[in-house]
Amino acid sequence: MATSSRLDAKIPQGSIESKWSKYRSSVPLVNPANKRNLEIIVVGTGLAGASAAATLAELGYKVKAFCFQDSPRRAHSIAAQGGINAAKNYQNDGDSVYRLFYDTIKGGDYRAREANVHRLAEVSGNIIDQCVAAGVPFAREYGGLLSNRSFGGTQVQRTFYAAGQTGQQLLLGAYSGLQRQVGMGTIKMYNRHEMLDVVNIDGKCRGIIARNLITGELERHGGHAVLLCTGGYGNVFYLSTNAMGSNVTAAWKAHKRGAFFGNPCFTQIHPTCIPVSGEHQSKLTLMSESLRNDGRIWVPKKKDDNRPGNAIPEDERDYYLERRYPAFGNLVPRDIASRAAKERCDAGYGVGTSKLAVYLDFAAAVERYGRGEANKNNIHNASDADIVTWGKAVVKEKYGNLFDMYKQITGEDPYEVPMRIYPAVHYTMGGLWVDYNLMTTVPGLYSLGEANFSDHGANRLGASALMQGLADGYFVIPYTIGAYLASEIRTGKISTDHEAFVKAEAEVRERIETLLRIQGKTSPELFHRRLGKIMWDKCGMARNAQGLKEAIEEIRQLRRDFWSDVKVMGTANYFNPELDKANRVADFIELGELMCLDALDRNESCGGHFREEYQTEEGEAMRDDENYMYVSAWEHKGPENWELHKEELVYENIKIAQRSYK
Amino acid sequence: MPRLKVESDIKNIGMEGNMSLSLKVWRQSNKDAAGGFENYKLDHVSPDMSFLEMFDVLNEQLIEEGKEPVSFDHDCREGICGACSMYINGRPHGPLRGVTTCQLHMRSFKDGDTIVVEPWRAQAFPVIKDLVVDRDAFDRVISAGGFVSVNTGNAQDANALPIAKEAADDAFAAAACIGCGACVAACKNASAMLFVSAKISQLALLPQGQAERSIRAEKMVAQMDAEGFGACTNTGACSAECPKEISLENIARMNREYIGAKFSSSAV
Repeated sequence: MATSSRLDAKIPQGSIESKWSKYRSSVPLVNPANKRNLEIIVVGTGLAGASAAATLAELGYKVKAFCFQDSPRRAHSIAAQGGINAAKNYQNDGDSVYRLFYDTIKGGDYRAREANVHRLAEVSGNIIDQCVAAGVPFAREYGGLLSNRSFGGTQVQRTFYAAGQTGQQLLLGAYSGLQRQVGMGTIKMYNRHEMLDVVNIDGKCRGIIARNLITGELERHGGHAVLLCTGGYGNVFYLSTNAMGSNVTAAWKAHKRGAFFGNPCFTQIHPTCIPVSGEHQSKLTLMSESLRNDGRIWVPKKKDDNRPGNAIPEDERDYYLERRYPAFGNLVPRDIASRAAKERCDAGYGVGTSKLAVYLDFAAAVERYGRGEANKNNIHNASDADIVTWGKAVVKEKYGNLFDMYKQITGEDPYEVPMRIYPAVHYTMGGLWVDYNLMTTVPGLYSLGEANFSDHGANRLGASALMQGLADGYFVIPYTIGAYLASEIRTGKISTDHEAFVKAEAEVRERIETLLRIQGKTSPELFHRRLGKIMWDKCGMARNAQGLKEAIEEIRQLRRDFWSDVKVMGTANYFNPELDKANRVADFIELGELMCLDALDRNESCGGHFREEYQTEEGEAMRDDENYMYVSAWEHKGPENWELHKEELVYENIKIAQRSYK
Repeated sequence: MPRLKVESDIKNIGMEGNMSLSLKVWRQSNKDAAGGFENYKLDHVSPDMSFLEMFDVLNEQLIEEGKEPVSFDHDCREGICGACSMYINGRPHGPLRGVTTCQLHMRSFKDGDTIVVEPWRAQAFPVIKDLVVDRDAFDRVISAGGFVSVNTGNAQDANALPIAKEAADDAFAAAACIGCGACVAACKNASAMLFVSAKISQLALLPQGQAERSIRAEKMVAQMDAEGFGACTNTGACSAECPKEISLENIARMNREYIGAKFSSSAV
């Protein structure tokens, strides 16, 4: 297989350890006087966007930042719970940049680009330093040093955390840096603005069309580079752990203007989420993977066992992850844990009223911690009740906010009964295809964080999303953007009077007017639900060729129905969330078709992409390295029409192997 | 994630419970328009729904009737983004302690209840539409000093600066503020002291925040006043209603920080 001539990943020469350091020292620079005249547009203010905007402004560029939320602090990075990885080796347990690199490539089932992932591992330590310097209150030990815990797919403790609110603390850190620059006038912040198109002039990205969500006005913004830091597209499934507003629209507009979409079918189903309670459900809530440090996952050994969890004796429980994967046990990667839960439930061993749940049980951890406390305090005749009380206190300190959240949502107390959990859509590894500089196939248009496809292959390891978002924003783009902007210093201010801006704005206006004109019978919400059902049933945790072909036809029909029967209330010239939603759902529908197309193309199972036709006898994913060791990069050619380009993945440093966590 | 029972059918959404509710909801088309309460009846509400999911059902019902749905801010629906902001039966985020509107479930209400829902009310938070208000003032307060001035790349090794666990834990407790504005809505003076003091406290408790400690307190307080938030009269409603239970101690600490700063500088 050869890489398509349309794709150049621009990976620097040299050994894997030296690529980034050499490149960083040789990438063209832009002098301070010129930086002041170069404008950069940053769309999205999560970890990637906020850190990029703040850092680029510190460097002297003129930055405009956009978010659809009412404040940049509300970007969905805020909801990340468990932690952020870094190869600091503070625990002296044998961690290194190489191990983080290796774990990430292996965790991604050998479908990520080596050079990008190694760079990610190299800068991981700098991220922790930067966040601490900015005042992020990570968890600490009594000696005052930083605390770590384990996450799935690793055998070292390299995850830094702030209770179950790590994303919140990291985002507020990046946000404070962003607001500092706003206060200094180097960033102009546009809250409640949604990007509805990118504008290309002579083959280069030169700006965006944004809609002021309060007034409905369309605005043209010019820039020498545009950074899309707009997150993932998990909401294509309707139910996911994403925020209600998370959407693919910005990335999708870029795709339709020439940016190739990479590995769209690679989605992550997170194993530990609170099960659906009814049809009113609008979103799903994650219970952090960190809980698998201490929680043990099990189902009854007997089918259709209706006894409450606590009433089932120890020898009638099947700790199926510990049974199947003794080396990693409950800390296998997410894709494996999710499939194993589905397998047990499909086989009839599920628990709860829906039977679509497994137990996550802390009783053993409570006892272990309780005994530890007794030992610490030299109490040798503690009663069982005391041990449980002390153990619960330790568990509360570690996971209190998660337990509270569980109780609030389910009405059950997880200190007393085992949690019920089930997999749910959580993250999308796929995204806009980018080269080593994080530039898409459109010159001047970049993509950072979850919005790009780059570092996680076919499955992301826990605590790696926060790492990637901040790596891209703090430590990668500030260097790599120089490779492009150094040649833009003579361009001058971008005029938004150019016909390309006029045309793009007119097209956006026409689409909005069309949406309002249809006045059909079905709300955007119901179209979204219908799409979600097709995607979950046929392009979800398990897929097959037959189902995917059906899904493509169903989605095409859904698209036609949408454009003839959608009912959007209100008008376009004031605050109208229904219209915003209709716009987003329309793009999700198109994306859904591409995801199915991609899943159908990939005749193998790898990571989160599980094609039922390709599995081992034990039900593990069966890769086909000979034919599918590539990144699929889809070019939009028109409605329902895409062309596939392939970027061959070359592994020079890591030996390809069947992924095993046994 | 179980299958979405879409086919079985979408019309059944919101038809699975047996609670009936009367809602009095504030409707206002924009910040300059006069607003007023509208009454709605909602049947078949399930106790397992979140408060916002109950509003989703109301909105689908309104669309069905050809009426404009109620606008309200919401995003993560897991209690951390701080977007949701309903004033429910006279209390920000409703009747439960330590819970945001999105995490409030209908099992906290009874069949036949009348529920009054209003936006945050404060001069510094103008209404945008219905239950949606403009909280940009909070961002401007942070811009005035709620940060450590450290450019990317300047940091030393993270473990070179040990921080006592107690200080780190206290800083974290203050930093857990989600910026929702419930404190302002709860306060009869619409004071933002709890929000501002949480950030001042977080950074005053940490060694990284020491260099700018005085100027931060002065600038953030000056901006808070400029935004039109009211004065603090120590009633404590802010902390009692805070969904993250941010402590009143932060306000005491902020007062100390501010007075100390005023005695020692003339910057602001």
